[in-house]
Amino acid sequence: MQYFQKELETMSADQKRVLQSERLVKMVKYVYENQKPYREKMDAMKLKPDDIKSIDDIYKLPYTVKQDLRDAYPFGMMARPRKDLVRLHASSATTGKLTVAGYTMNDIDVWAECAARSLVMAGADEESIIHVAYGYGLFTGGLGMHYGGEKLGACVVPASAGNTQKQIQLITDFGADIICCTPSYIIYLAEEIEKLGLKPGVDIKLKGGVFGAEAWSEGMRNDIEKRLGIRACDIYGLSEIAGPGVACDCEFKTGMHFQDDHFYPEIVDVDTLEPLPYGESGELVITTLTKEGMPLLRYRTRDIASLNADPCPCGRTTVKLNKITGRSDDMLIIRGVNVFPSQIESVLLKNPDIQPHYHINVDRVNNLDTMEIVVELSPNISIDEIGHVEEIRKKLSSDMTSALSVSAKITLVSPGTVARSEGKAKRITDKRKL
Amino acid sequence: MIKQIAVFLENKEGKASACCKVLKEADINLYALSIADTKEFGILRLITDDNEKALQVLKNAGFLSSMVELVGLEVPHKAGALSELLIDLGDGGVNVEYMYSYAEADGHAKIAFKTATPEKAIAILQSKGAKII
Ligand SMILES: [Zn+2]
Repeated sequence: MQYFQKELETMSADQKRVLQSERLVKMVKYVYENQKPYREKMDAMKLKPDDIKSIDDIYKLPYTVKQDLRDAYPFGMMARPRKDLVRLHASSATTGKLTVAGYTMNDIDVWAECAARSLVMAGADEESIIHVAYGYGLFTGGLGMHYGGEKLGACVVPASAGNTQKQIQLITDFGADIICCTPSYIIYLAEEIEKLGLKPGVDIKLKGGVFGAEAWSEGMRNDIEKRLGIRACDIYGLSEIAGPGVACDCEFKTGMHFQDDHFYPEIVDVDTLEPLPYGESGELVITTLTKEGMPLLRYRTRDIASLNADPCPCGRTTVKLNKITGRSDDMLIIRGVNVFPSQIESVLLKNPDIQPHYHINVDRVNNLDTMEIVVELSPNISIDEIGHVEEIRKKLSSDMTSALSVSAKITLVSPGTVARSEGKAKRITDKRKL
Repeated sequence: MIKQIAVFLENKEGKASACCKVLKEADINLYALSIADTKEFGILRLITDDNEKALQVLKNAGFLSSMVELVGLEVPHKAGALSELLIDLGDGGVNVEYMYSYAEADGHAKIAFKTATPEKAIAILQSKGAKII
């Protein structure tokens, strides 16, 4: 199966602009009439729905930030009465306050279509057995891919997160060919599969997977693809907009195909909020074009990435989202230098003596920020001398300093000792905030 | 050549005894044990009565362990003979990275050492009449 919705996924740029323009004009009117926070924002800016005539006018619209959603908690952002909402998802923030998103039946359908498009990109079709090892719950991963798999007409195994031995048994016995989970969990699964002596291609029939909800690097992708012999696709989504499926890699991995008939992406400068051209890195901002339950205008995702519009050999004509390189939330400021965990990860992935399981400890000692990176040695190396460990540490330490422009203490530990997570990996302990 | 197991310990206090416990539970006897350490981590070097099994149980218990071959010789009875052998090795260009002594069940004192050039070391030692294990 090449596409799930060929016409929508391969429409020409002109058709796309017409569609996006029609949808945006309608959306802005709808938002103005049904969402009080937007009506107030637009009135304050003296912006009338009629001022938005095409997609080119999108820059006139106000931004939406997470705080707007918190302020409206729980239902202040809903554009529809309670009876039209069929589902609520929520995500928790480090501050403990939830942000909630309401979906109508049509919203769930659109999301499922996008998730189905994504599964096809990973190699799925109606014959597939799709193993969903994302958590099912308020988090959008599990239910999102579940509905996507059913929309596609495949057979979904709602394994949810946790109980790794059972997961491996299900994957083996049912012969799943597609898997959905976080990138850190698929690496953990691959390790456990290796430990059990199961052979990919023989005992394990997986041929593709979509992995999201965490930023991950090209190096991790190569590792996953090599260890399991599968196509590893990055998938993007966020509960405020729609869960996984907003964008996804196809087999050519030229950037994640952004489902821009439903969700319109922009990249803006983090500080000035000026829109940036394709190729430049900044904050991803999304406007929903078809959402009914809780439409959002220019929602600032806090994800740092760039877009590209280069043609893709797969024939899909959407704009593409390059790998998320960080989150403005996760960004650490160490002695005044911005550090993203993804930068640390890419240094770790280049070093064969270690494996990419790590934890970052940040502290402040005598008014100076300190950063320690605890990382696991590879189980495949042979170490019988202190000097050998010191060499690995020195190499990592100098590579890290040149990549981050700030020094870090490297602590090497035995394989398997850095805590694994079955959901989103918690890789940072910042004691400065405690 | 003698087989030695080297185990990486990220915190030597708790881990060294945990490592010995794993071996004891598998009924493996230790002939030699030495630790090289810094203030943060250590490397435990072991010679046991069943090195293959020791490596397997340690790996299964999650220890980063590997097998390394060492040159082994019986300590000569004659006083001063051991230091002469070591001087001969040095003169012959053999670099000894680390060494330690131990005794197996037979009660004889033995020396084991690591070098990047074991063949050369053995040739020198044999030419001086040392008993290689
Ligand atoms: Zn493509």
